[in-house]
Amino acid sequence: MASVKMPQLGESITEGTISKWLKQPGDQVKKYEGLVEVITDKVNAEVPAPLAGVLKEIKVKEGTTVTVGTEIAVIEESMAASQAATPSAPASQPSKPVVAAKGAEVPARAAAAAERTEGRARLSPAVRALIEEHRISDAELSGISGSGIGGRISKKDIEDYVAKRAQPAAANGEQRQRGAEAPPRPAGVAAVPGTPVPLSPMRRAIASNMVRSKQTIPHAWTVAEVDMSNVVRFRQQARDGFKQKEGIDLTFVPIIVKAVVEGLKAVPILNASWSDDGVVMHKDINIGVAVSVEDGLIVPVIHQADRLSIAGLAKVADDLAKRARAGALTIPDVQGATFTVNNPGTFGTILSYSIIASPQAGILAMDAIVKRPVVVDGDAIAVRSMMNLCLSFDHRVLDGVSAARFLQGVRRWLEGFSEQIPVY
Amino acid sequence: MPQKTVIEAIREGMDEEMARDPSVFLIGEDVGQRGGVFLASDGLYKKYGEYRVIDSPLAESCIVGVAIGAAINGMRPIAEIQFADFIAPAMNQIIEEAARFCYRTAGDFNLPMVIRAPWGGGVHGALYHSQSIEATFAHIPGLKVVAPGTPADAKGLLKAAVRDPDPVLFLEHKRTYRLVKGEVPDGDGVVPIGKADVKREGKDLSLIAYGLMLTYCLEVAEKLAADGISAEVLDLRTIKPIDQAAIVATAKKTGKVLVVHEDTRFAGIAAEVMAIIMEHAFDALDAPLMRLTGPDVPAMPFNHVLEEAFMPNVDRILAKAKELAAY
Repeated sequence: MASVKMPQLGESITEGTISKWLKQPGDQVKKYEGLVEVITDKVNAEVPAPLAGVLKEIKVKEGTTVTVGTEIAVIEESMAASQAATPSAPASQPSKPVVAAKGAEVPARAAAAAERTEGRARLSPAVRALIEEHRISDAELSGISGSGIGGRISKKDIEDYVAKRAQPAAANGEQRQRGAEAPPRPAGVAAVPGTPVPLSPMRRAIASNMVRSKQTIPHAWTVAEVDMSNVVRFRQQARDGFKQKEGIDLTFVPIIVKAVVEGLKAVPILNASWSDDGVVMHKDINIGVAVSVEDGLIVPVIHQADRLSIAGLAKVADDLAKRARAGALTIPDVQGATFTVNNPGTFGTILSYSIIASPQAGILAMDAIVKRPVVVDGDAIAVRSMMNLCLSFDHRVLDGVSAARFLQGVRRWLEGFSEQIPVY
Repeated sequence: MPQKTVIEAIREGMDEEMARDPSVFLIGEDVGQRGGVFLASDGLYKKYGEYRVIDSPLAESCIVGVAIGAAINGMRPIAEIQFADFIAPAMNQIIEEAARFCYRTAGDFNLPMVIRAPWGGGVHGALYHSQSIEATFAHIPGLKVVAPGTPADAKGLLKAAVRDPDPVLFLEHKRTYRLVKGEVPDGDGVVPIGKADVKREGKDLSLIAYGLMLTYCLEVAEKLAADGISAEVLDLRTIKPIDQAAIVATAKKTGKVLVVHEDTRFAGIAAEVMAIIMEHAFDALDAPLMRLTGPDVPAMPFNHVLEEAFMPNVDRILAKAKELAAY
């Protein structure tokens, strides 16, 4: 018997909802065959069977949400699969005649080993009851070394483990208590109690990501002002045709992403990640595009954005945004970004300080394009479509000079935009 | 409290019950003028006379039959079978009559009688002076079977047996008679039939025993403690009605149980105890239930080496207990 657990479908995901069982109890399942569909706050995914066998029991009903690591089903290993492992045993027996003198020991050792593995898998009723009672995960269990015959985990082992596990928890409890007592309410100020809104899994994930990122990455921030007049003009001309031809709206996002890709090619240090062993320079340019959804934010990824034309970027970005809002993203859709583009400008902001998505080195915010009088060549004053590009970058990875060079590159590419630049 | 031997406690128990209740009398081979082969009734003949301490013929069916008749007529007989091994001729009286009498008469008649029988080995008694008979009689509905292991329990249970309205087979382990000493409370000190007793508290494993094996198990528990293993020792005291609650409680407490008896293995008391645990405490078990018993051979041999091989002893119980602890 092997238990199937709710997998962790992506970083910082803490729970998932069973949307559909693809197999029913009694069904044969092949290894890696689709077993169940799971919805998380980021993606919908099909979870494959971890081994071949017969689905014995479904532990979590469709529509139920459980935390990562919860047992959701039990698969009975097929005989063929378990037998397949045994023939390798004789191969490990020593064939040299010198060792053969000790022949009698070999089967004894093999038997002992067999007993050990068997004993490991077989838990006594008392041990099982304790595991249940104290909600000990399989991961924890595998960390407990059995003191019984053949490495068997005994009741005492579990009790010892539980006692040990309880200690730090108690310490935390104390801290919490102290914390709760700590802030004295200012005298005379009437506290109006608020009602806490329960945290959604996505809220929780965003919170933990943001805290981790802001606490570990020394953010630096810089802004470049870009004259978007050429791009705006081009978009106005091309918009209807593009819509007719492609069926989607030509937004500023694919054009900005294209500019960012060009900028990253010129300043590859921004397409990198900090690690204690050194800065990891990424080979692919995968651009995460932040999409706001109800109650949160998802950042699907345009993979290998440097290989796509503006039209190609538009198509991929549109598809990702639509699927993000429909909750239909898959795990690969949200993984592997090397740089992120954020588009708060659609909501009218003009200066945005974005938090970097760890372990990336930077995030670029495109703010609102607004018409402003600006001084142009020949000291004339003209009305131009202006936009601020705000870059947050990891100051461990790069310095202001590189950041400025990147922004200048992006700015020049956008300002120099013309019909000559191919859309396809 | 004064220290007494098991035999002294039994003698005192009979004496006090005979003094308390004139319907109590003793019948058996050599129980009168000789005071019994183990001197269990030493002095009682002189004190209570030949009508209350009766020397019977060498006929066990007669001893039990007379006791049954007396009990029906309002007496409270104590019938002594000189050695438990000799009880076979009385089996018809015990099983067919005594055990069923209350049932047969739809509760109109009770048989308030005690059959005392010295049992067990370890005394170089060989085939006819060493047998364990508890499993044979515990199987019979209608009989109560008691097997104390300490002086206090022997006296207290004997008193309870005399006062009990039903036939009680009272088993006295002959090796414990002078070997086991202990404090015996003054006064009545009745020990209720059907109640086991935790003789030593422990948490790692349980040793369940009765009779002489209780003494051995307590010694084993002491040795285990030196190895850091905490053993609980449950003394069954009464074999039937068995104290299910106490058995289940200790099994649930430690999760590891070793049952010890010198009676032969097949369908022995250990098998019944293990079945009770499986039925009521399975979820608490941390190891397979284990038992250490006499072997399934016809009777205890005379040759002392073979007798040693037959009887469970401290070393063998200790080894088995360590095996259980290590599981």
